[in-house]
Amino acid sequence: MTEAIPAIELDGVVKEYLSHGETVQAVKGVSLAIGEGEFFSLLGPSGCGKTTTMRMIAGFEEPTKGVIKLLGQDVTDVPPNKRDINMVFQSYALFPHMNVWENVAFGLRRRKVAESEIKRRVGEILEIVDLTGREKRRPREMSGGQQQRVALARALVNRPRALLLDEPLGALDLKLRQHMQIELKRIQREVGITFVYVTHDQSEALTMSDRIAVMNDGLVEQLAGPREIYERPASKFVAGFIGTSNLLSGTVDTINGSSAVVKLGTDDRILVASPAAAGETVDLTVRPEKITISTEQPEGELSVVRGTVNEVVYLGTYNSYAVGLADGAEIMVFQQNANDSSVTAERGDTVWLSWQPQHSYAL
Amino acid sequence: MGRRAPYWLALPGWIWLGIFLVVPIAAMASVSLTTGNLIDGFAQTLSVSNYSDAIAKYSTQLVRSLVYGGVATLLMLLLGYPVAYWIAFKGGSRKSMYLFLLLLPFFVSFVLRTISWGFLLADDGILFGTLKGWGLLPADFHVLATTVAVIGGLVYNFLPFMILPIYVALERVDPRVVEAAYDLYASRLDAFRRVVLPLSLPGVFAGVLMTFVPATADPVNAAVLGGTGNTMIGNIIQTEYLVNSNYPTASALSFTLMAVLLIGIFIYARTLGTDNVLEAAAR
Repeated sequence: MTEAIPAIELDGVVKEYLSHGETVQAVKGVSLAIGEGEFFSLLGPSGCGKTTTMRMIAGFEEPTKGVIKLLGQDVTDVPPNKRDINMVFQSYALFPHMNVWENVAFGLRRRKVAESEIKRRVGEILEIVDLTGREKRRPREMSGGQQQRVALARALVNRPRALLLDEPLGALDLKLRQHMQIELKRIQREVGITFVYVTHDQSEALTMSDRIAVMNDGLVEQLAGPREIYERPASKFVAGFIGTSNLLSGTVDTINGSSAVVKLGTDDRILVASPAAAGETVDLTVRPEKITISTEQPEGELSVVRGTVNEVVYLGTYNSYAVGLADGAEIMVFQQNANDSSVTAERGDTVWLSWQPQHSYAL
Repeated sequence: MGRRAPYWLALPGWIWLGIFLVVPIAAMASVSLTTGNLIDGFAQTLSVSNYSDAIAKYSTQLVRSLVYGGVATLLMLLLGYPVAYWIAFKGGSRKSMYLFLLLLPFFVSFVLRTISWGFLLADDGILFGTLKGWGLLPADFHVLATTVAVIGGLVYNFLPFMILPIYVALERVDPRVVEAAYDLYASRLDAFRRVVLPLSLPGVFAGVLMTFVPATADPVNAAVLGGTGNTMIGNIIQTEYLVNSNYPTASALSFTLMAVLLIGIFIYARTLGTDNVLEAAAR
């Protein structure tokens, strides 16, 4: 991917709005490159600028500053109807006065594709999204999931360079959403088109994406694959936004080669593989499922903290413990119910929490 | 009781309609079949010839009314649609103010507004008098007492009834749907023709009905602005009722007008019904 021209490239893109006489920066300088055929997600809470970023890629908004390139070509000033990009809208935005067939054929007809070719391609794409036989239905006569697939077909039938999807599964119920996540991934593999997926749902992004750009407050906080985003969050925000994270704060006690020992309470030591000077205060993070809970002090080169169980919750596939530390912080621990679902400790018990040094890092 | 409550709540409205719509119409239908005069009294003779006589006598005015009403409606559509479009899509936070401005003329009585048009269009009035004084218009130029004045007055008086329903329909068009059209390679014209216009047709349909019917039947504009050569059917009905006291003829004419309008509306709804037009737009 290093040599190839990226499908979509944003360079220093800024978007400012005038709101009640004040300039508001919705996007504060985003630069990223999305490779051809990639499933790329823009992930972040509402108001982080992800939708504005996508609308700029689509051409509905013009950037205040910066350049947007499509396959190496500057399209910053090109209107949406002249961009080889299509979009799946959040509320689908199907044409209510047209049936499924007419909705899907709309783009091809505007491009003056021959009727026979339209017939073939619409039929083909309806088969891919599993809507064959429903050509004559009007959008309002269809379920949310079906409308969703019409919206997808209407965009994909044009074989765009890239497909933009704006929270497309937001209106669906959980079961259907999970099903559509797998469907989307399958369809993307089948058609081989670059997908840019905007969502605030971290599990959705983790499930489907090749790479994720986590956005916050108009900026990209981290751009990496799902595994890295989850395992090695680059900032407090990313750690907190993706999955459950324990955020701890301590002082570097000693430096031992390439690893530092961080002190929290009296008997606690956390091994961190990052260079920091002794005496410095560091924030660190560790995922709840990486922690082992035990009633005896564990041996070996592990990070170890002691605490008291505040709460135990049985959650089916795992038990969740909330453990209070001496300094008042609370750590979440997930324990898989692999063999039996009996709990290691009860509320009020003193326990030892331990994890491999590579699972916690300073932010 | 619970499920029937809405029906009971609607009852006063139905009674109102029954008394003030159905009863007078029935009474007028009965009068339209009587013969006689004010002095000797009217007798019910089921005389259908009232209709054929009235139509034969006043067919010119009837046809003229339909033409004037039709032309005025067409002009209102051409003038009103862009205004409604502009308020709905470009009105921003001032939409309600623009709608208020649109309704402002209604604070002045209908007749008074029409009379002031008479002043405005008078041969030597403020407008034409001044222009003639400057030599910008020939001395014999006149608008008052012409077809132009009557249709102009109709357009002026009923225009808001065209704009409002179109505005309501346009307001309901989801801007994302219009964006979707642009996204799918539609030009501005295409997006309007294939998406915005078809979706606003229910409003156009309502606007045409709400203006064509009253404009065709209106007696005021022709009386105030039209002079003698532009009499419309509304004026005839008024004169027959109030001046000649020829109630049977006036009633027969009223029913004829009503029947013509209803048939016209039916044909209009059938041929230009929203479904047909939408089908064409989807291509």
